[in-house]
Amino acid sequence: MKLKDFFRNGVHPPEMKELTASSKTRRIPFPSEVVLPLSQHIGAPSVALVREGDRVERGDVIAEANGYVSVPLHASVSGTVSKIARGPHPNGSFSPAIFIKVDQFSAQEPRPRMIPDWHDLDTKQLLQAIQDGGLVGLGGAGFPTHVKLAPPPDQKIDVVLLNGCECEPYLTTDHRSMVEYPHRVHLGTRIMMRALGVKKAILGIENNKPDALEIMRKTVPSDLDIEIVGLNVKYPQGAEKMLIKALIDREVPEGGLPMHVGAVVQNVASVATIAEIFETGLPLVERILTVTGRGLNKPRNLIVPIGTKLRDLIAACGGLADDAAEVIMGGPMMGPAQGNLDTPILKGTSGVVVLNQAEARPEAVYPCIRCGHCLDACPVFLNPQAMGSLGLNMEYKEMQTDLHLDTCMLCGCCSYVCPSKIPLSHIFGVARAQLAAEARK
Amino acid sequence: MSATPILVSAAVLGGVSTFFGVCIAFANRKLKVWEDPRIAEVEELLPGTNCGACGTPGCRAFAEALNNGERQPSGCTVMGPEEVEDMAEFLGVDAGEADKVIARLLCAGGSDVAVQKAAYHGHQTCQAASAVSGGGKGCTWGCLGLGDCDIACDFDAIHMGADNLPVVAPDLCTACNDCVEVCPKDLFVLMPITQQLVVQCKSLLEGHEATDLCDVACTGCGICAKDAEDGVIDIVDNLAVVDYQHNHRAAQKAVERCPTKAILWIDGAQFPDQQVHKSGIEV
Repeated sequence: MKLKDFFRNGVHPPEMKELTASSKTRRIPFPSEVVLPLSQHIGAPSVALVREGDRVERGDVIAEANGYVSVPLHASVSGTVSKIARGPHPNGSFSPAIFIKVDQFSAQEPRPRMIPDWHDLDTKQLLQAIQDGGLVGLGGAGFPTHVKLAPPPDQKIDVVLLNGCECEPYLTTDHRSMVEYPHRVHLGTRIMMRALGVKKAILGIENNKPDALEIMRKTVPSDLDIEIVGLNVKYPQGAEKMLIKALIDREVPEGGLPMHVGAVVQNVASVATIAEIFETGLPLVERILTVTGRGLNKPRNLIVPIGTKLRDLIAACGGLADDAAEVIMGGPMMGPAQGNLDTPILKGTSGVVVLNQAEARPEAVYPCIRCGHCLDACPVFLNPQAMGSLGLNMEYKEMQTDLHLDTCMLCGCCSYVCPSKIPLSHIFGVARAQLAAEARK
Repeated sequence: MSATPILVSAAVLGGVSTFFGVCIAFANRKLKVWEDPRIAEVEELLPGTNCGACGTPGCRAFAEALNNGERQPSGCTVMGPEEVEDMAEFLGVDAGEADKVIARLLCAGGSDVAVQKAAYHGHQTCQAASAVSGGGKGCTWGCLGLGDCDIACDFDAIHMGADNLPVVAPDLCTACNDCVEVCPKDLFVLMPITQQLVVQCKSLLEGHEATDLCDVACTGCGICAKDAEDGVIDIVDNLAVVDYQHNHRAAQKAVERCPTKAILWIDGAQFPDQQVHKSGIEV
């Protein structure tokens, strides 16, 4: 069988998934405190509803959505609100957060609740239930799911694409979701198709996960039109624009969204959480998370309450190895390094990778030799070499106007292939951050 | 071989050039815009740095404004007092009075007092470090000390001190705003040198949370606000904020009981006892 992938460019870094690919997900012991930042999604931060000293049970709403592009936040543990103050956030800032001290004697049982039968709900009620469940994309950006499922009426959506690529090295979050909870992925797909009024779904899985491919194929319900496609292993195939190209050969225009070519893309872990709220009634209070890397003693796939600190996750994985050097939230290609182990994981944190000294050693940077490898690697056909030299001179405006900086998705392919070790995608990220800061002023 | 093509082309080119020559001569007479010759002379007297500190787009625009009488010579912060006098004499106007404005750093968390949570090994600029979850310094508001401002300063007025904070030389600073723009943490502000009450901190954390990360952090305790006259200092979001509209009522008394020395009464330069060294960072 000929395997598909997106047309040109991209890279293939060492996969490193063997550390956790076959380890079953396990629930971690509840930590002593969780930190729940009010801003965990794209859009307006949630508004706190609790006060210091309030008792909360697991699954209770503790902050409400602030507008349409926003979701509520739920207590991920039973305990007492110890304070509402600024706390560390993975983006490096101290942003308002709700701190909950965990009740060590609680059974951590959520309150009894009504579970809506999704068959009986119309589209509007379905989307409301999804928003009330606090659902956002679990792949990293944290885009509210109910907004994704309600495209403007003039955009005709004809296909749902499910992203099972997990092209970032090390991570096995989506992989384990598919292997262990295939029925949830299928049910979530069904609900998404119902909300969008779409008849067809395609699930793309890279062929380095043969067990996931097999299980997903075997468990497809007979009345569900879902095509399961094996894809060549290539980074960044899990980027939505690349996936659309690979699965249905459509090209998203510059500055456009998947809906502009009639597709909605959602990663499989997020799809499974949609099913979860209609199965257990529990909102998004925990997620599957790969905590891995050669800087850890026992890499594992864990089921983790949202808001657990990095420190507790590392402790649950046997602690740091002696030569641990760098803690990354997300995958090693795109994820930001963290400077504070008290930083909590968010709804959108797809993994935690701890690199050892050999992997994280700082490389000497040499001048650009204009070899053009970065142009061959860039999946969106930019000129990283020219952008990089502008970026080093802080000429950010020109990068945006002349070289399409906004199209860059900071996938890191250019940095990965650069023989001079120039941190290209880092420079582009800096440029984007500075331009955004200027625009805010 | 006939000479005709040469003659024809010479005639055509000659005709065309005569025609355009007449056009240019005509345009020079009829469309001429008279310009005050003093503008060029005044521009010649200005420093020519085009720094923009005066608030106009470059020295030429400032020369025009001087000529129209819209601005006074003292509006140029790069010129020294003698040059300002010369200019006033040349234009036959009053030199005007302007308070000297310089850049102030709103952070005193040098490497000796502030906690560093992680080591940053990437591209060595503050902007790059700031993009990696804030840069590894415990306090997310604090100065990263990689010297983007040192490089940005065209007047050699900023050098990194021994504890990795930039030290501004008041006599060299022209308030051109370059350091304000380049700092990813927005720590520089331009202030008249007469505003001596300065809170050298931007941390919004409260109490021991702030002091856990930095010995000279403002904890928002409010003692300075009580000791100052009404309305001079306000505590906003756990940070003392000086209202410079009431600068004339500000007094040294306000800083005396500050437990962390986050608020200071500054005479001249900040961090006066700092040894400066040239930073080795190249861009």
